[in-house]
Amino acid sequence: MEPFTRLTAVAAPLDLPNIDTDRIIPARFLVKPKGAPGYAGFLFRDVRFNADGSEKPEFVLNQAPYRGARILVVAENFGCGSSREMAVWVLEAYGIRSVIAPSLGDIFHANCYKNGLLPVILPGEIVAGLRRQLHERPGAAVTVDLDAQTVGAPGGAQHRFEADPFRKEMLLTGRDELGLTLDFEARIGEFEERHARAMSWVAPPRR
Amino acid sequence: MFEKIWSRHVVAEGPGGHVLLYIDRHLLHEGSTRAFGRLQNSGRRVRRPDLTFATADHYVLTSPGSPAPDEEIRAMVASLGQHTAAQGIVYFGVGDARRGIVHVIGPELGLTLPGITLVCGDSHTATHGAFGALAFGIGSTEVEHVMATQTLWQKTPKVMRITVEGRLPAGVGAKDVILAIILKIGAAGAVGHAIEYAGSTFRAMSMDERMTVCNMSIEAGARAGMVAPDETTFAYLEGRPWVPRGDAWGDALAAWKTLPSDPGAPFDRDVQLSAGEIAPTVTWGTSPQDALPITGRVPNPADVDDAARRASMERALAYMGLKPGTPLTEIRVDRVFIGSCTNSRLEDLRAVARVVKGRRATVPAWIVPGSGLVKRAAEAEGLDRVFVAAGFEWREAGCSMCVGMNGETAREGERVASTSNRNFEGRQGKGARTHLVSPTMAAAAAVTGRLTDVRTLQS
Repeated sequence: MEPFTRLTAVAAPLDLPNIDTDRIIPARFLVKPKGAPGYAGFLFRDVRFNADGSEKPEFVLNQAPYRGARILVVAENFGCGSSREMAVWVLEAYGIRSVIAPSLGDIFHANCYKNGLLPVILPGEIVAGLRRQLHERPGAAVTVDLDAQTVGAPGGAQHRFEADPFRKEMLLTGRDELGLTLDFEARIGEFEERHARAMSWVAPPRR
Repeated sequence: MFEKIWSRHVVAEGPGGHVLLYIDRHLLHEGSTRAFGRLQNSGRRVRRPDLTFATADHYVLTSPGSPAPDEEIRAMVASLGQHTAAQGIVYFGVGDARRGIVHVIGPELGLTLPGITLVCGDSHTATHGAFGALAFGIGSTEVEHVMATQTLWQKTPKVMRITVEGRLPAGVGAKDVILAIILKIGAAGAVGHAIEYAGSTFRAMSMDERMTVCNMSIEAGARAGMVAPDETTFAYLEGRPWVPRGDAWGDALAAWKTLPSDPGAPFDRDVQLSAGEIAPTVTWGTSPQDALPITGRVPNPADVDDAARRASMERALAYMGLKPGTPLTEIRVDRVFIGSCTNSRLEDLRAVARVVKGRRATVPAWIVPGSGLVKRAAEAEGLDRVFVAAGFEWREAGCSMCVGMNGETAREGERVASTSNRNFEGRQGKGARTHLVSPTMAAAAAVTGRLTDVRTLQS
C-alpha cells in the first residue's frame, strides 16, 4: 500500500449529500478487474459523461481548474450504500488520495484505509466553508498533513482533525493489516481453542 | 447484547480502541472472487474453510434456464466454483436448490445463529442480525483478511437503540417500519453505530419480518442491526441443516437466552417510534430517507429552508421526473420488481399472493424468490400458480433487478415500484426510477399501474 504522509493538491468540491457508491461506480463496471483499461473513466460515470462518452460540462471534475484534482471535499454521508471497494479503487485510479467530509459511509470509510486513501472527518460547517472557498477560487490547493493531523485551507486557515493512532500508523508506513495480523497467528490459534470450549455449539456440524 | 457478543470475540486489543475480532461465519458470493485471486497470488489458503460458505446470487441470471450472455459474468460465476472447490468450501452453485441470495440462505440453512459474528462482502449483511448475531458488511480487502486469518481489525462502534412499541395497523408491515425509521433518523442517522431494535413491535414480528428490518440498517448508515433472540428465533432455527444438534442444541439454547441486553443497559443513543403512527410508506426521491406515507404528496423543495437539502431534493425530483404537490397515489409505474434480500422470503410471497389473487397485473411485474428453497416452498403452496394467473413473471432465485449486476435492469426513464432496498440514481439501471415499497404495496401497484395504498384494495 502506498503510504500517505502529506499532500498539497488541487481539491474539488462536491456539494450534494448522500453520494452513494453506486453513483461513484455504477454496478455494470464491477465485473471489470481493478486496473482494467479505462478504469478511471468509470468514476462517477453517469454524472460525469453523456451516453456518447462526451463530458457533461456541469460536473465539477470536467471543469478545467478542477481537472486532475487529488483531493475531494464532499458533503454528509459520502460513500453510503453498497460495500463495493471498487468505489475506492476507482477514486484511486483517477488520482484521488484524500476525501474530506463531515461524515462518510462506514464501509467506504473502512475501505479507504485499506487502499492508502486518507479519509478526513471535520465538522460540517468547516467542510462547507472549504467547499465554498473552492467554488470561489477554482483550482485552489488544499494541504492534508497526516502526521500533523491538519488540513490547510486555501485561505491559509489550519483545521486540526482527529486521527485514530492505529489507522494513522498504518497509513504513514503503508503497512497493510494482513501483514500485521499474521504476527498474531499464535494468539488466533489460542483464541480458537478457548472459543471452541466457551461456545461449544458454534462450529457448524459436519454434513 | 452487542457488548456481550463483541467481548466474546476479542482475540487481541490494538491501539486506538481497535480489537482483533474473531469471525464465526464468513459468507461469500461471486464478488468474493477478487479476494480469492489475491489470496491465491500471495500463496495463502483460507484458514477456516469449515466456517466459510459460498453461493452465487449477484451475477446469476434469474430467467429460467438461461446462461449469462456476457462472458465476463460467466467467468465470474465459474471462478467462484473453482476457488471454493480448491479451498474445500461448501458452495451452493447453479443447479443446487439451496442456492439463493446470501442473506436469504444463511438463515434458511441455519448458518446464521444468535451470538455469533458473521461477515460477508455485502452491505446488507446486517440482515443476519435479526437472529441476535453481530453481522456486518465488509469490503474486498477485509474479505481477503477474513479468508486468511478468520479475524478483522475493528473499532468498537457506538450502539443505538431503536424502540418501536405497539401493534402495526392493518396493511402496514416490516418494510414500512424500517422506511419510517430511516425517514425519522435519516440516511446518515446511524453512521458509526450498531442498531439494536427493541420493543413490542419487533417482539411480535416473525423472523422473515425481523430480517426485512435489520436488512435496511445500512440504509440508515449502520453497518449492523440486531434483534434479541427469543422463542420466535429458536422455533425458526430448530432442525435447520447447519444448526447445532443433540447436546449442542441444548448448550446453544442456554447460551442464547443470556444474550438479550440487561435491563438498564446503557446505549449511546435512544430513538422511539410508535407502531400505530406508521402508514404504508413509499419513497419519492433517490435516497431511502426520501420516504413518505402513501397518503402524502411529492414534497416541494421550496418549503425547505436548508439550502443543501433543497438542492438535493431538486436534483432528486428532476431525476425522478416528479412535480411537487403530486399525490403519491397518482404516480404511474412502468414495472414492478418483487424480490431482493429485503423482501423475497416465503412470507413476502404469501403476502403478495393474497393481494394479487383473482386480480391482474397491468404492467410488467417480476417475482424473484430469494432462494431455490423459497421457490420450491412457494410452489408447494401453489403461490406460483396465483402469480402466473395474475400475469406475473415467476423467476429463478437471485439478486436480479435490485442491483442489476447481472444485466437485469430497468430501461432509462422507466419507473419501478420495487421491494428492494435502494432507490439510488441508476441503481436499477442507468436512468431507472425506483420507488421503494413493501411487497403488498408492490403487488397493489402492479394491479393498478400506479403507486397505490394497499389498504384501499384489500377487501
